[in-house]
Amino acid sequence: MHSLKTTFERMNRPLTYLLAVPVLFLLLWVVQSSMSQYVILIVTFIGIYIIAAVSLNITNGYAGLFSLGHAGFMAIGAYTSALLTFPVKLREVFALAPLPPLLGGPEFQWPFLPALLMGGILAAIIAAIVGIPVLRLRGHYLAVASLGLMILINAVAMNFRNLTRGSIGINSIPKYTNIWWSYGWAVLTIYVVWRLVNSSFGRAMMAIREDETAAQVQGINLLKYKLLSFTIGAFFGGIAGGLYAHLSGAIMPWVFSFNLTFQIVIMVVVGGQGTIFGPALGAVILIVLRYVLKPLEEGLGVYGLVELIYATLLIFIMMRRPEGLLGLSRKFSK
Amino acid sequence: MFPAEYYFQQLFNGIVFGSMYALLALGMTVIYGILRLIHFAHGALITIGGFIFYVFFTVFGFPFIAVMGIVIALGGLLGVVLDVIAYRKVVGGPEVSMLITSLGFYIFIENLMKLIATPQPYPFKPPMFLDRLFSEWLITFRTVDLFIVITSVAIMLLFNLFVKKTKIGLAMVATAESGETARMVGININRIISLAFIIASAIAAITGFMWGSKYGQISYDMGFTAGVKAFVAIVIGGVGSIPGAMLGGMILGMLEMFSVAFLPPGYAGYRDGIVFFVLILILIIRPSGILGEKEVK
Repeated sequence: MHSLKTTFERMNRPLTYLLAVPVLFLLLWVVQSSMSQYVILIVTFIGIYIIAAVSLNITNGYAGLFSLGHAGFMAIGAYTSALLTFPVKLREVFALAPLPPLLGGPEFQWPFLPALLMGGILAAIIAAIVGIPVLRLRGHYLAVASLGLMILINAVAMNFRNLTRGSIGINSIPKYTNIWWSYGWAVLTIYVVWRLVNSSFGRAMMAIREDETAAQVQGINLLKYKLLSFTIGAFFGGIAGGLYAHLSGAIMPWVFSFNLTFQIVIMVVVGGQGTIFGPALGAVILIVLRYVLKPLEEGLGVYGLVELIYATLLIFIMMRRPEGLLGLSRKFSK
Repeated sequence: MFPAEYYFQQLFNGIVFGSMYALLALGMTVIYGILRLIHFAHGALITIGGFIFYVFFTVFGFPFIAVMGIVIALGGLLGVVLDVIAYRKVVGGPEVSMLITSLGFYIFIENLMKLIATPQPYPFKPPMFLDRLFSEWLITFRTVDLFIVITSVAIMLLFNLFVKKTKIGLAMVATAESGETARMVGININRIISLAFIIASAIAAITGFMWGSKYGQISYDMGFTAGVKAFVAIVIGGVGSIPGAMLGGMILGMLEMFSVAFLPPGYAGYRDGIVFFVLILILIIRPSGILGEKEVK
């Protein structure tokens, strides 16, 4: 475990990243060309979870704003992108309202990338609007408020039936997401976080996390930096949601609820809050674990086994490494 | 717009649900006070409490009072088990990792229950004398509703007395105030922690019986919503404040009832949305909860 950490620490150099990216894509290409459809699908899902976990880490890890609302932002991204790219011919069958003239009119179907970006931007806008009053809160209070935001978004998705089809959800979403889209965005997200953290913006963010009063005394505008980190996190959360919608082809409100939100938080904490690669590692480990154990569960006929092992591992990791797998001990910084 | 009885009815329903949330929040806040741990697995204890009642009462046919005793005893025992095998080792770590650990325990217990009890929900019936319906007076209620309200009030009063009048209760408050200082004046902290878990878990197990008889069924995953609601309740009331937790539970129960009762038909789906909208407003007005003190770092 220790050597793993030091390896990652040593990797904290720009040149290593530059080399790591082609290697990653080479590996993905091997997966793409030699593995079964099922494995490719799982690998692609992992990429999406990496985006979600790494982006949540901006708020939860670096800015110290413990948010439980990430699934809500993913829902915004997923629904926006799905609705904008929904095939024109199918809209009537699905009882979905046509696009208003401002968004291209009833005969227009958005291409994937702009729709995806639109989802991210909308999530960011909602984050900014909600963030202004809510980011004054700290700790558990912020956790409940952000959880409330997720529930509100869910209620909208459940009840605006002519827009979202309510609890039935939307299916037949064009499946644009592939392994390249997923990991292209994952690499971009990690790059953005890395650039952020190693900038004055990132240092301000971390100063706020360590001590708000001291940061304020240094002349750091608390609201500005909190809001920016919340908004950037929400943007990439929206992107992850959009990619998810176009990978699974179907979205329902309940997908973006407690389960998803807690899963992403768990990935971030298990991997190590406030580290660049920790959340990504958490996402990989926890998803791989699930899919590796699934055949075992089905073979034995013991349903619930995956979750039991998952929970045991979670408890074990948290007991042995409370700062997460890649997290540095912060005993002294307290 | 509505007859007066309707308001009383909803108020009463709100009090019934609020009492259950308040009981759960009370247990959670006692543990939080001492360990600084959001005990998500607290919700799992209501599942277990409900199932213990079902097994001993419905399946084995034990008398009600005896079953209640068993529920309390086993609930308390489970609290000690959780404390000793689990939380001792993570205490003092970062708050998030303790939160994730307790979430891990919740997932573990839930899936163990799923394995043992199968995913189907079980019909849950309280004993006959608690199932009687009264509708002659202003409002309609079942005897179990009265049982819930009276038991909750009694538990809260007893707990208050315990904390204020007994030596060990005072020691508990002292530990919550400052663990280090309490240790210095000779309080056995580990005993206090175990006691807090016993009390909180026994209360949660009784709440499991109430929850089951209110909803008419029990299932392996009923504890999740309960745990989240208890968490929300203590935060709304002000983290660490015992009266705050109970107030938070009551407010949550009332909000849920009233948002359903006074929504136009067809908008019932907005219930949770409205409840949390109001809760966010409360937090914006009182950033440290209703009775919470301003957070000192």
